[in-house]
Amino acid sequence: MSARPAQETERAPEPAGLEREHDPGAFLDAYARMVLIREFEQAIHRLFLKGEVHGTTHLSAGQEAVPVGVCMALDADDYVSGTYRGHGHALAKGTAPEALAAEMLGRASGVCGGRAGSMNVVDLEHGLVGCFGIVGGSIAAATGAALSARRQGRVSVAFFGDGATNQAYFHECLNFARVLELPVVYVCENNFYGEFTPMENVTAGGEIAARAGAYKIPFTVVDGNDLWAVRDAATEAVERARSEGGPTLLECQTYRHYGHSKSDPAKYRPDDELERWLARDPLTIARERLLADGIGEDEVTAVETEGREEMERATQAALAAPYPDPRERPGSEFSG
Amino acid sequence: MSELEFRVAIRDALAEELERDESVLFFGEDVAAEQGGVFAVTPGLQERFGANRVFDTPISELALAGAAFGAAATGTRPVIEIMFGDFMALPMDSLVNQAAKLWFVSNEQGSAPLVIRSAVGAGGRFGAMHSQNPGTWLQGIPGLKVVAPSSPADAKGLLKSAIRDDNPVIFLEHKRLYSIKGPEPDSETVPLEEAAVVREGGDLTIVSISKGVRDALQAADTLAGDGLEIEVIDLRALRPLDLATVLTSVAKTNRVLAVEEGPRVGGWATGLLGSIAEQGLHDLDDAWIVATEETPIPYSPSLEDEFLPNAETIVESVRARLRTGVETGA
Ligand SMILES: Cc1ncc(C[n+]2csc(CCOP(=O)(O)OP(=O)(O)O)c2C)c(N)n1
Ligand SMILES: [Mg+2]
Repeated sequence: MSARPAQETERAPEPAGLEREHDPGAFLDAYARMVLIREFEQAIHRLFLKGEVHGTTHLSAGQEAVPVGVCMALDADDYVSGTYRGHGHALAKGTAPEALAAEMLGRASGVCGGRAGSMNVVDLEHGLVGCFGIVGGSIAAATGAALSARRQGRVSVAFFGDGATNQAYFHECLNFARVLELPVVYVCENNFYGEFTPMENVTAGGEIAARAGAYKIPFTVVDGNDLWAVRDAATEAVERARSEGGPTLLECQTYRHYGHSKSDPAKYRPDDELERWLARDPLTIARERLLADGIGEDEVTAVETEGREEMERATQAALAAPYPDPRERPGSEFSG
Repeated sequence: MSELEFRVAIRDALAEELERDESVLFFGEDVAAEQGGVFAVTPGLQERFGANRVFDTPISELALAGAAFGAAATGTRPVIEIMFGDFMALPMDSLVNQAAKLWFVSNEQGSAPLVIRSAVGAGGRFGAMHSQNPGTWLQGIPGLKVVAPSSPADAKGLLKSAIRDDNPVIFLEHKRLYSIKGPEPDSETVPLEEAAVVREGGDLTIVSISKGVRDALQAADTLAGDGLEIEVIDLRALRPLDLATVLTSVAKTNRVLAVEEGPRVGGWATGLLGSIAEQGLHDLDDAWIVATEETPIPYSPSLEDEFLPNAETIVESVRARLRTGVETGA
C-alpha cells in the first residue's frame, strides 16, 4: 500500500443505495429535537442559577445540529457515547427530557436515579453507552461498542470535542478501529475551544480531520451548524460502517454559545466572535431551510411551541420529583 | 491422578468459556500469535475459535481496556490480556472511570462483564517495570474485582467464574506460578468472593494471595518441625475482600501474619491488619507483616532475592516474632 494524499481519502466512493433526497418531514422532526435541546440547555442554565442543579454543568447550546444530524442517520438500536457536554447527545439519541432533567436535578426519577448527574449520564435502553467526564473516554467506549455492534449488525458513534483529539484515547482508538475494521463513526465536535484555550494553540498542525488520514480512515470536515450537512455526512459514514467499510472521522465545526461550564463567563473570546456564530445559529439555519423547503411557518412555529411546552412540563415534573433516599436504595457495589 | 500446569489451567478455562458462550471474546497483544503470548498461555485459541473471537491488537493498552469496556456494556463478554501487570498504569482510566463505575452510576441499568488477565510479580529478574503487583493499586476501586490464584485448580475455577461474572474482574497471574503443577480442580468454578483456608492450624494465621500462599504453605511445613501449627489463608481476591474468613481464623489463633509481595505502606496487608484491628481487636495477641522494601524492584539476582518475601523469610520472621514478641522490622 502506498501513501495516498488526504484529499483522496476524504471522499470515499459513495456506498450503493445511499439515498440523498431530503424528506422535509424528517427534518422538521429533527428540528423539533434541536429546539428541545436548546430549551433544555436554557432551562438547565436557569435552574443552575436557582441552585437546583448542583456542582457544574456544561451546556451545548449552539452545537445542536451535530448530535441531531448524526442520530438521524442511526437506528434506534445503534450505540452512541457522549461527553460531559452530553445533554444533546442523550436527547438526540432518545433519552426522555423529563428523565434527563430530573437527573440534572439529582432526583430519584432521573435517568440514572440521581447517581450520575450532568456529566456521566448512561441510558442503555436508548443505546447511550455513557457520557464521560474524562476527556476522550467516549472515544474508547464507542470503539468497544463497535466490537459488539459488528456482531449485532449495528453501528457505534463516539461524540467528543476538539480537545479530546490530543488524548491517547483518540490516537489509540482510531488505529485500533482501522486495524480491526470496526463499524464506528468518530464525531468530533470542534467548537474551537478546550475550556479556555483556543484549539489552534494546542493542536499541532491545526487540523483535526486530517489526523485520520494517517490511519487511512476516511474523514470529512462538516459545517456542524448545518443540520443537512451533518446528516448527509453521517449517513455516508454510517452506511460505510454498516457495509463493513470500517471507521470514519467527521469533524463537525461548531460553537458553544455559553462558556465552557457554569463558572466560565468566556471572556477569552475575541470581540464579535460570539456574534458571528450567533448569526449562524444552527436553529436559525434549520428554520430558514425548512421554510425554503416548503414547510409552513405555522408548522415550524407549532414545533417550537411544543418544544418549549414539553421542556416546561419536563422541568416541572422533575422539580416535583423526590430526591433519592440513600436508606431506601443505598446501591450495591456489584451486579449479581 | 493427573497433574495440571498453571498456564494450561488458564488456557483450558479460556477455551471452555469460549466454547460455552458465544459472547466471549479474547484479545490482546500477541495472544493469538503462534506462541500464544509471551508466557505461552494461549497458543491454539485463535485456530480453534477463529479470528473474529480471538485476535491480536495494537500495543495500545488504553484502547484495549476501553474497547473491552464498550464491548462489555453492549452485550459482549471480553477477556483481554495486559501483557505485564506493570502496564496496568496505562489503561487505568478505562478501568477506574468506565468499567468500575457503569453498574452503580447507571443506577444498575447494566454492568461491564469483562476480564483483564495480566502477568504479575517478581522473581524473574525482569526489573522494576516488569515485576510489580498492581493488585494493591486496584484494590481501592469500588466496582472492580481483583483476583489472583495460587494454584492451577484455582486458576481454572477462578478464571471461569471471572468470565461468567457480570462485573469487571482483574485477574492477576503470577509469573513464578505459570510452570507449577497441581491437582485438577474438583469443581467447575471457584467463587471469587471466598477466601480459602488452605491449611489448618491453631497457633498462627498466615494470610496471603497468589505466590505468597505457596511460600506460606512451604513455611508452614518447616515451622511444623518447630512444633508450630500454622493456619494458611488464601485470600484469592483482594476485592471483594473476605474479611470474615480471616476474622474467624484469627479468633482461633489470636495471631496473624500477612505476607505481601509489595511495599508495606499503602499495601493490602496493611489495610487488612487495620480491618482486623477494627473488627477483631479482642481476639488479637499479635499482628504483623512481611513485605518488601519501600523501593522499586531491583534487577540483580542478589538484590532481587533479598528484596522478595519467600518461604525462608517467612520462617525467620515467625521464629523471631514468636520468640521475642517484638516487631522484627521490615
Ligand atoms: C482527562 C481530562 N483532562 C482534563 C479535563 C478537564 N476538562 C474538562 S472539559 C475540558 C476541555 C475539553 O475540550 P474539548 O475536548 O474541546 O470539548 P468541549 O468542552 O469543547 O466540548 C477539560 C480540559 C478532564 N475532564 N479530563
Ligand atoms: Mg472544544
